[in-house]
Amino acid sequence: MSSDVAVIIEHLEGVLAEVSFEMLAKGRELAAAGGGQLWGVLIGHGVTRLAGELGAADGVAVVEDERLAHYTPEAYERAAAAALQALGPRVALVASSSMGLDLAAGLSGTLGWPLCGYCKDVALTGGTLSAVSQIYGGKLMATAEVPGEHAVCAMLPGAAAAAAGRRRGTATLREIPAPALDSLRMRFKRLIQPEAGDVDITRESILVSVGRGIGSQDNLAVVEELAQALGGAVSSSRPIVDQGWLPKSRQVGKSGLSVKPKLYLAVGISGAPEHIEGMRGAELIVAINTDPSAPIFDVAHYGIVSDLFDVLPALTEKVKTSA
Amino acid sequence: MDIVVTVKMVPDLVEELEVNAEGTDLDRSAVRLRLNEFDEHALEQALVLKDRYGARVTVVALDSGDVDEPLFTCLAKGADRAVKVTGDFQDGLSTHGAAAVLAQVLGGIPHDLVLAGVQAPDDRDGQLGVLLAAALRLPHVSVVTAVEPAGDRAVTVRQEYAGGVVGELEVDLPAVLGVQAAPQAPRYAPVSKVRQLMKTATLETVAAPAVEAGAGSTVTRLARPEATGRAEILEGAPDEVADRLYTILADRGLLKQ
Repeated sequence: MSSDVAVIIEHLEGVLAEVSFEMLAKGRELAAAGGGQLWGVLIGHGVTRLAGELGAADGVAVVEDERLAHYTPEAYERAAAAALQALGPRVALVASSSMGLDLAAGLSGTLGWPLCGYCKDVALTGGTLSAVSQIYGGKLMATAEVPGEHAVCAMLPGAAAAAAGRRRGTATLREIPAPALDSLRMRFKRLIQPEAGDVDITRESILVSVGRGIGSQDNLAVVEELAQALGGAVSSSRPIVDQGWLPKSRQVGKSGLSVKPKLYLAVGISGAPEHIEGMRGAELIVAINTDPSAPIFDVAHYGIVSDLFDVLPALTEKVKTSA
Repeated sequence: MDIVVTVKMVPDLVEELEVNAEGTDLDRSAVRLRLNEFDEHALEQALVLKDRYGARVTVVALDSGDVDEPLFTCLAKGADRAVKVTGDFQDGLSTHGAAAVLAQVLGGIPHDLVLAGVQAPDDRDGQLGVLLAAALRLPHVSVVTAVEPAGDRAVTVRQEYAGGVVGELEVDLPAVLGVQAAPQAPRYAPVSKVRQLMKTATLETVAAPAVEAGAGSTVTRLARPEATGRAEILEGAPDEVADRLYTILADRGLLKQ
């Protein structure tokens, strides 16, 4: 049985995603534990030049085709499946990202390999593969054993240190012929860049970020008032944007923006993994939530288990009167 | 256009989740279930397409517990048909297993477009929509936030990437989409209308076919995350914790001078 590890490298517009380096770091651990090789898998058009950034891998398998110039789930899944069939690794790591959600389950479905999603950790011990998945909104962790010869693990961003996987080098290149791509049922049309909002939350040093605990749009005034008193801006988790209460430009998280303010005050935010991905780099994180087991308290430096409508006005008043 | 929306019941994350005595699964007798939030967006997306362009919307759910009222709610919101797939699902079902069951059930239901919530809190072994697409051999796109017809046999969809970047794709029908968010918040169905439908409408039922698909992996431990980086909790009355937080912020120079 192979002990090799393959990492599907994620990139967009020629830029490698941070999670790709994280997966290489984790992949190196796995390969070392099983005595196997670590492969990076690059899929695209004109992407071979990116192999030089993947020095953490022993080899880089490249699938090049002009029809892979832009990400489409169908073509990339076929290309990734071709690469994995050629490499036959014990485990393939795929990012638990927007693109990875397509690829990981798609590969599992088409190749018939087991899939562990939302992985915080993966380990190979004595030939046994185990994976720790963060499920139920981050409230519980499921450790699973994965028998068989192959598996796909979808890795959550932040599961490993990117620095350990970020190494330039000259890994062995292996060209994988592109699979049949002449009967595709989807076509890439265009890439749309985010519209600039009235406030650039990536540049703010203080963010008061609001989640579904706010209850209604009218209640946002409580948060706005505190943000104004602190000289910061209001950001939010996904549900607030989906409700139409704040514009997309204020959304922090996986499909929103990544922020690194000096202060991130999370109010009424439970802390789903998708949100935490976008704010874990804040210097100081303070969370206010009524649920003492909310996952946000696991990443926050300070926590307040209370109704935000009790604490925020008191804090706002204090900040205003002391200014 | 025939649109099928798959919906499922999932543990309500607002509640405390209890693990069973073996430490390998939820204590399902103590779980309060609700409709998967992402599935509500999938339904809303379907209803928006119906409102704008005309469509027949069928909602399909595995009978994994207390699913009748949510299905009547889907009808009250505007779905045309509701199909309950009956079977022994009380102890949970792997996503691979659910996809295998639904793929067979969909063999008997017209579907140009299948919409599922992009993910669910319990899909440890993959997202249902993608696995369903694989079983049906249909194209799929995940993390979709907009769907518009593109002629009679295709749709234009928007797929979100990190940083707010969006990819626009044209996808031939039939196809399966994993809906992240509908173009508007899921609509509300008045309780009175749901109650009325529970008296006058009927749910169609289909017995689940036998499938063998499991997750391919076995959970050996289900537990709360180890609180390695647990926050320091500030305790006291709201005024007191506000004062302490103010002091912390002031000490760190985070307040305007």
